[in-house]
Amino acid sequence: MAEETKPVVSPAGESGERVDRGERVDRGECRTSRPYGQGGPGGARDAGGGRKFFRRKKVCKFCTEKIDSFNYKDVRLLAQFVAESGKIVPRRLTGVCTPHQRRLSAAIKQARNIALLPFAGRAS
Amino acid sequence: MNRTYELMFIVRPDMAEEEQDKLLSTLEAVVTSSGGQVKNVERMGKRRLAYTVRRFNDGIYVLLTVEGSGGMVHELERRLRVTEPVIKFLTVRIDETQKRIDKLKAIRDAKRRTSTAQTPAATPEAAADAPSVTV
Repeated sequence: MAEETKPVVSPAGESGERVDRGERVDRGECRTSRPYGQGGPGGARDAGGGRKFFRRKKVCKFCTEKIDSFNYKDVRLLAQFVAESGKIVPRRLTGVCTPHQRRLSAAIKQARNIALLPFAGRAS
Repeated sequence: MNRTYELMFIVRPDMAEEEQDKLLSTLEAVVTSSGGQVKNVERMGKRRLAYTVRRFNDGIYVLLTVEGSGGMVHELERRLRVTEPVIKFLTVRIDETQKRIDKLKAIRDAKRRTSTAQTPAATPEAAADAPSVTV
């Protein structure tokens, strides 16, 4: 039981500390060997349904279509990046670049505040 | 004193047209009295709310674009807060974002103009093509 709690508690990127438990390094490889799951196989993080190599060719919709700006009023645009439960979809699934994701997230939160988007959809 | 704000508020759906006008004129008076300027008033009509606000499922959205100081916005929000028919409001400052958009547009227009000067034939397509290909 104690062995199983260890990988859960420790944060990612600490595979060096686990020398005492040799087999743990392999087991925790998906979580801890790489700092963030973007670089390597992201299947362990349940990204696309457990696939080993997810599609990394996804491009940022805003950068390619050269959409200048968007704000909280463009509900139809924002709703594309919101799951059915009302949660904001992470950028590793939509392929949005970081600055756009930040602005998108702020816009979605503003839209939620003014009741254009729900806080929680189907209570999933 | 040239900050531009966008003030969106929701009024209860059973509010009469004249009362809406009265409320808007009150707000406009506040703006002008504190040295500001009303840029635009847009009534977005009745919409279905994404969640229940004060036991209402619909609301009349009004968008007000004003130019003025922060103190003026403070006073506007105070008015909206005490006004009973107003059920929600949101103020956003938009002059900084507008500046950024204009700058981007200016850069893009300048790029398009210089590229059209070099090769007059079908250059907008080439300019639009290049970024999407490099991705």
